[in-house]
Amino acid sequence: MESQTTYNYKVVRQFAIMTVVWGIVGMLVGVIVAAQLAFPDFALWDGISFLSYGRLRPLHTNAVIFAFGGSALFATSYYVVQRTSQARLFGGPLAAFTFWGWMAIIVLAAVTLPLGITSGKEYAELEWPIDLLIAVVWVSYAIVFFGTVATRKVKHIYVANWFFGAFILTIAVLHIVNSAFIPVSLTKGYSFYPGAIDAMVQWWYGHNAVGFFLTTAFLGMMYYFVPKQAGRPVYSYRLSVVHFWALISTYMWAGPHHLHYTALPDWAQSVGMVFSLILLAPSWGGMINGIMTLSGAWHKLRTDPVLKFLIVSLSFYGMSTFEGPMMSIKTVNALSHYTDWTVGHVHSGALGWVAMVSIGSLYYLIPRLFGRVQMFSMALVELHFWIATIGVVLYIAAMWIAGVMQGLMWRAVNADGTLTYSFIESVERTYPFYYVRLLGGAMFLTGMLLMAYNVWKTVGAGRTADADDAIPAPAAH
Amino acid sequence: MDINDIRAWQTAILLISFVGIIFWAYSKRRKSSFDEAANLPFADEERHQATIKKENLS
Repeated sequence: MESQTTYNYKVVRQFAIMTVVWGIVGMLVGVIVAAQLAFPDFALWDGISFLSYGRLRPLHTNAVIFAFGGSALFATSYYVVQRTSQARLFGGPLAAFTFWGWMAIIVLAAVTLPLGITSGKEYAELEWPIDLLIAVVWVSYAIVFFGTVATRKVKHIYVANWFFGAFILTIAVLHIVNSAFIPVSLTKGYSFYPGAIDAMVQWWYGHNAVGFFLTTAFLGMMYYFVPKQAGRPVYSYRLSVVHFWALISTYMWAGPHHLHYTALPDWAQSVGMVFSLILLAPSWGGMINGIMTLSGAWHKLRTDPVLKFLIVSLSFYGMSTFEGPMMSIKTVNALSHYTDWTVGHVHSGALGWVAMVSIGSLYYLIPRLFGRVQMFSMALVELHFWIATIGVVLYIAAMWIAGVMQGLMWRAVNADGTLTYSFIESVERTYPFYYVRLLGGAMFLTGMLLMAYNVWKTVGAGRTADADDAIPAPAAH
Repeated sequence: MDINDIRAWQTAILLISFVGIIFWAYSKRRKSSFDEAANLPFADEERHQATIKKENLS
């Protein structure tokens, strides 16, 4: 009787495929805005309001974080919670509702943001009616996820589900608090919070969007797919427990480091800085736990491109969680803030960690969802890995150099106290780095196109269902 | 009670909780239970195969 329980893979498949689609869309918009910075006078976007940088840039961030990253998280959390709870997704059609609801939100974002309909809050640009829809979909997601955990057939709640659970719960709280708008029309609402409090709420939200959406949740992914692909349980389950509690209780307080040297009270800035520095410990604890899972099986890294994606993503995670605390130090921030160094840091996390761990997980997941042993072409996966890795390195190295250069130029003063450089001089000097960044980003996008082709062939091959030895052939149609 | 007393207690309670979690997680009594949990990703291959098989038939 028990063995008759099957999983709901339909919604996982839908989200997995859409992850690839939205990844291409979001990264394409990223490449376009990178090109706009490198070639601002190019006729294609000159004078067209909905193609202007200020409107496309939030479209890029929303698309890659919530459409690409979000779909990847829905897919993997629904897959992992079923498999480690040995229970079918709770709530029947509610899971399908979260898929179509999330897709509707993405389409609404893709329409409203280029039209200039925005709340102006970073990573929370969508206006209040869309925010309401997000809240409904997110609560449904929580019911499906926690309902599945509650109806699990096993004693333990696997550590990955703790991370996914913390992510779902925290994003609900963050979204609802930060989206407290007073609506004045269907397309315009004003924040409920005044002045510096609004800024603090926004960056409490903003940094925890990084901390819980882009970190905690993807760590949940890591705790399932790294052990699976390596074929051995996580290095230390004990460390994963300490990692979880230390990470979630520290991240909540790091937000003020986005507001150094602003109207935010000085003590709050210092709290943000200190908690950001403490974050290094749980972050590296998690990274070490993931990488050390390969202990005794390091040879697999030589031949397995999926594992390469996963382990290199953890290396980038370690790099950016070292860089982040360092940049939160006020004196370092005085140099780095408002420069392209910040952009480099974000992409070291977003491309190097979030995208690579998602891509690695999807390369594991997609063939299994469609009854295949592995992807159509492992050679293409290998090629994707190298294109993506070189692309990220080009991107972040260019932005590091550009950022430090900008910071140094902006703060340089002559003996008489006047500024050595005008702002436009720093822009002019940045152009070569914008070209390199465009190249790096375009390479990363190219990798996603290879992935799309590979996924297409894998899914198509799955339909024939005759060449697969591992899966029992269907008896009749 | 002054608000600073609450702040001081909060710090102490959080420190004790953190140390408590470490002792709990690393105690010998948790070992077998954690080993069992750590192997959960490898414990459900039959249900996965059953799902794939069922969907291929339909």
